[in-house]
Amino acid sequence: MKKIKKIKIKINGKLSTIQDNTTLYSYLKKLKVPLKKVAIELNQEIVNKNYLKKIKLKKKDKIEIVHFIGGG
Amino acid sequence: MKKDQLKIANKRFNSRLIVGTGKYKNMSECARAIKLSGAEIVTVAVRRVNIVDKNKPLLMDYLDPKKITYLPNTAGCFNSKDALRTLSLAREIGGWKLVKLEVLGDKKTLYPDMIETLKSTKTLTREGFKVMAYCTDDPLMAKKLEDAGACAIMPLAAPIGSGLGIQNKINIKIIRSQTKLPVIIDAGLGQASDATISMELGCDGVLVNTAIAKAKDPFQMALAFKNSVIAGRQSYLSGRIEKSLFGKPTSPTKGII
Repeated sequence: MKKIKKIKIKINGKLSTIQDNTTLYSYLKKLKVPLKKVAIELNQEIVNKNYLKKIKLKKKDKIEIVHFIGGG
Repeated sequence: MKKDQLKIANKRFNSRLIVGTGKYKNMSECARAIKLSGAEIVTVAVRRVNIVDKNKPLLMDYLDPKKITYLPNTAGCFNSKDALRTLSLAREIGGWKLVKLEVLGDKKTLYPDMIETLKSTKTLTREGFKVMAYCTDDPLMAKKLEDAGACAIMPLAAPIGSGLGIQNKINIKIIRSQTKLPVIIDAGLGQASDATISMELGCDGVLVNTAIAKAKDPFQMALAFKNSVIAGRQSYLSGRIEKSLFGKPTSPTKGII
């Protein structure tokens, strides 16, 4: 049986181990991120949410997910 | 009678009170206070989503961005690069172009770094943002912000969260008199009368957060600020009487028995 390769990425500053070839869409869905209420950065570049399914995560990728919170 | 509205970047608002959404006990308290204040614009911050606690309430669930104008801020940014990154992310969430630029230079006084603010205003304007710029009460810097493309000048009354009220009325008046842009007093107000004074100086609006959120009764204070802004604006438009060093009798002096 082929061994599933795992990779390490960073999401919001925290290390996470995921399966290789995971798309950004499936990863965020798994985390239950409310996609309509957030913005996503991959390696400091804003991701167009229409292309989430086409983006495959690579090792050492850095994801930032932000939303609005209370502020003055 | 012509409707007296606040106009910022070609958008019109009936309320001249802008309210911050920080420092409330919880989201529902924040939402209720904002409703009572009558504000049509609220400032919001951009921060990381809590990946671990997925049940944490979201601001957008309590304040519908379709019903109230979100004004994303750059709080926590100390240079123009960070400000552009933060606001680009904010724009991605909901397409907002109207933003509050706040580039701080000192963690203790929370005074804005005006050199970086000026740089950021130029950069953000070039990128298509409508920049409402938080600034010191320095008339020269306010003019430079206008020249750099800001759509509103937002001088501080006093340091953020200090509650000290307007410290330099003269500078605020000079800033008001030299620009066609809306002038919004941002930061440092402590009580409702501070807002009235700001409006009586001719300012176009005020931005309040801590004074409402940290009042013993935020709901009552939200109402007080709503009324004080209206009162101050009406007072300003009415044209006050001349000041006199000596008394002038109110009752006629003729026909005294």
